[in-house]
Order: sequence, then C-alpha cells, then structure tokens
Amino acid sequence: MTVELGHYVAVSGVIFGLGVIVALGKRNAVAVLMGVELMLNAVNLLLVAFARFGAAFANDAAALSGHAFVIFVLTVAAAEAAVVLAMAVLVYRRRETVELDRITLMRW
Amino acid sequence: MDSTGIVVGFWVLAAVTIAGALGVIAARDLLHAIFFLIVSFLGMAGLFITLSADFIAVAQVLIYAGAISVLLVFAVMLTPLVSRDNGNSLYIAPGALAGLALAALVVFVAVDADWAQLSGDALAARSFPDTAATIGELLVGRYVLAFEVASVLLLFALLGAIVLVHERRDDDAAAARAEDGAAGDEEAA
Repeated sequence: MTVELGHYVAVSGVIFGLGVIVALGKRNAVAVLMGVELMLNAVNLLLVAFARFGAAFANDAAALSGHAFVIFVLTVAAAEAAVVLAMAVLVYRRRETVELDRITLMRW
Repeated sequence: MDSTGIVVGFWVLAAVTIAGALGVIAARDLLHAIFFLIVSFLGMAGLFITLSADFIAVAQVLIYAGAISVLLVFAVMLTPLVSRDNGNSLYIAPGALAGLALAALVVFVAVDADWAQLSGDALAARSFPDTAATIGELLVGRYVLAFEVASVLLLFALLGAIVLVHERRDDDAAAARAEDGAAGDEEAA
C-alpha cells in the first residue's frame, strides 16, 4: 500500500468540487468567499503533489517552482480575502444585508 | 512502498480535510462554517507535510488557518446577527450538480489512470533536502518579477481595503443613506 500521485489528485478534485458547491450555492457573500478559498486550497494541493511526484524534473529548483507558485497563490488569496471582506462590510453598511440574492441593484 | 505512518496519515488527513469542507456546506451558522473551514485548512496543511512540503505547510497554517480565518470571523462580527445564517441560494441545485460533476470527473481520471506504471520513472517521489532555501532563491531569482508584482498587489489590496471601510463623516453618511433609500424605493417600484 503506497500513497501515489493519484490519491492526491482525487482528494484535490473532491475539495475543488465542494468549493464549487459552496461558492455557487451559498447566499451569504462571506460563505461564497469561503468556497473560493477551498478551491484555491485544492489547486495548492495539486501543485505541491506534482512537485513532490516529479522525478522527471531536472533538479530541485525546477520541482520547487510548484512551491513558489503556491506562495503566489497564498499571496493573492490573502489580498483577495482582505478586499472582499472590506466590500462585504461596506455593502452591509449601505444596504443592511450581505445576502447575494438581495443585492439586486444592477439587475436588469 | 511507503511507511505505514505516511499511508495512515494521508487517509486520516484526507478524511479530515474533506469532512471540514462538507461541514462548510452543512453548517447552519456562518461562524460554525468558518470553524469547519479552519479544520479543513489544518488538514490540508497536514497533507502538505505528507508531501514533504514543510515550508508550504507552515505558510498554510499561518496565512489560511491564522490570517484569513480571523478576517472571516471579523467580517461576520462586523455584519451583525441578521447575516449570521449560512443558507443556500437559489443556485444550490445547479451549483451542486456542477461541483459533483467536476469532482466525479477528476476522481474518475485519478482512479482510472495507471499511476503505478507511470511512477516507475517520471512520477516517482522525490525528497527535498532544503525546501525553504530553494524557494527563497527561486522567489528572488527566477520569479523576482512576479515577486515584485505580488508585493505591489498586496500594498494596493491593503490600501483598497482601508479606503473601502473608512468611516465617512456623519453628514456624508446620512446623505449616502438617503441616496440609498431613494435607490431602494426605485427598485421596489
């Protein structure tokens, strides 16, 4: 019994699918952000797994490029979370709700 | 053939991560959903450790389980009780369909592919002697441009967040509320 790349790909796919469900199916803007974070996490797992099971990479630096990409994903996720949560607070302050079904100002 | 610890650790951590993600969907209270999300993040950090990505695992705990979850809790606390529920929107059915289809597709490929044959050479596991040092050299070497752009992005995200939630003076706020009320009336009509 060994743990192979396929196991990590499967776990990553399941987490990504659950993230899609949360991001599309939740009414609260904060919950939607949580779904996006889950999807980013799944992609991070895939990047790290392919770096780990990559004996074909020429050297460690080439394989660890996957880890460097994960660092960038973490950076963008943190920036995105800060901006989205500021927007959620602003929308709540002006419209008394953060439920996406009820923010219909731009609906035709 | 991995050691038993790695195999058991992988299955336990995968179960914890997926259970946390399921909890985010199932929780009725938004704060409970955030706590399930933290469990999922910590399980993911454990999975990174089983992949011998120690630096990424620590960064995951610090940034996701630490910073982002605190931001989420703050956002929930700044938007009082009325917005505390974690209900489903109208789009839960197509969303669940899309998510389950995507997950089923990826899992099917992962199970169906002949990893054992591939992992003989090209996909064998490699161990990294010094992840943090090599990642640091990559960040200020090959990816220095992306590194600088990321720093500018963080700066502007910080400024944008501050500008967005900055409290205006009272008369401005009252004017904005009146304006919003008018907009809401139009919408209702």
